[in-house]
Amino acid sequence: MIMADFNFELVSPERLLLSERVSEVVIPATEGEMTVMANHAPTMTTVKPGVVTVKAADGTVSRYVVFGGFADILPTGCTLLAESAVPVEEVDRTLIEKRIEAAKNELEGIAHGDEQRTRAETFLTELTQLNGILVAF
Amino acid sequence: MPSLKDLKNRIASVKATQKITKAMKMVAAAKLRRAQEAAEAARPYSQRMSAVLSNIAQAVGSDDSAPRLMTGNGRDETHLLVVCTAERGLCGGFNSQIARFARDHVRNLLAEGKAVKIICVGKKGFDILRREFASLIIDRVDLREVKKIGFENADQIGKKIIGLFEKDEFDVCTLFYSEFKSVISQVPTTLQLIPAAAPAEAVADTGAIYEYEPDAGEILSDLIPRNISVQVFRALLENVAGEMGAKMSAMDNATRNAGEMINKLTLSYNRQRQAQITKELIEIISGAEAL
Repeated sequence: MIMADFNFELVSPERLLLSERVSEVVIPATEGEMTVMANHAPTMTTVKPGVVTVKAADGTVSRYVVFGGFADILPTGCTLLAESAVPVEEVDRTLIEKRIEAAKNELEGIAHGDEQRTRAETFLTELTQLNGILVAF
Repeated sequence: MPSLKDLKNRIASVKATQKITKAMKMVAAAKLRRAQEAAEAARPYSQRMSAVLSNIAQAVGSDDSAPRLMTGNGRDETHLLVVCTAERGLCGGFNSQIARFARDHVRNLLAEGKAVKIICVGKKGFDILRREFASLIIDRVDLREVKKIGFENADQIGKKIIGLFEKDEFDVCTLFYSEFKSVISQVPTTLQLIPAAAPAEAVADTGAIYEYEPDAGEILSDLIPRNISVQVFRALLENVAGEMGAKMSAMDNATRNAGEMINKLTLSYNRQRQAQITKELIEIISGAEAL
């Protein structure tokens, strides 16, 4: 079966990482992972730190690590605005550990019961999870 | 009248200076190209960001659920100015241009009876502004160690601004930077960060009715802090490009001036040498005649 393809763009503030025809993209959305295929209903969602899996139209699969951001999905295309994105092969583990460290420090600075604290805690958990996933690669 | 030896020394020193300015010009040209590329590469993100932002802002509308960062806190008493300049000098009027622009702004605000707070990004602006407004500067960001400005640098500044806003330290935040028009022209510009002015360009309506996950308000409150960082990032990148452009043209001028100076000095050197030879000849001839 030939799958319909659509245009996928992965953008970080520093550069445009990827812009190509793909058949399927797995996005680590905040409310759970979601797979985007062609003709998806228009959706806008926030993205948590995690791995984006891109299946290009010719079947090659590539993976990118993103640190939060959001995705704009239209039936004709999908744009992922990531705060920072790196191909999985080039990820520096120490960098993630540094981020975890920074998140922990930030957490200590916030008072209990604060809404901010919950957010920081979630962020830390997501980062740690990501770190766990990456060990497998 | 300087002696021949003095002139020779002057020429040598001006030549050395010319070599330095020439080298600096070439370095600036190389850096300018890189800075422009970086600014170019950052453009898609900020474009899409503002597209998405205006899209969501429409969806949320102007009801009360819109986050405070967007609507402001309804007051207009304390202004926070974030003044971005370069870390290094020798780039013509680049730094003083921004600083002067900011200074006029501060004076106007003070004249209107508003309170002003300043955050300086970059050493040069701090040096200039602290002469007059030392008590108003609440913070300064040092990017001297940073070779290539990354999003993290901008993000730190953005978070700092938001942190201050949440503590009610200010009501309105404006960003000062230099817009890169061309190599020879950089225009000091202001950009209001908080309350976020709606993106100016009307984005073509996609006509799609979006599903939001989580709901639109929540995405918006996640998006706006990010947008602030993106705006700061863009300003920093523009600044770097502008600094390099200004440095390039300043150094080009300096090299040309040094060339002119060398020409003049060489001319007077030769003239003096000739005069000396003539003088010696006259002495010899008149000596011979006296015999």
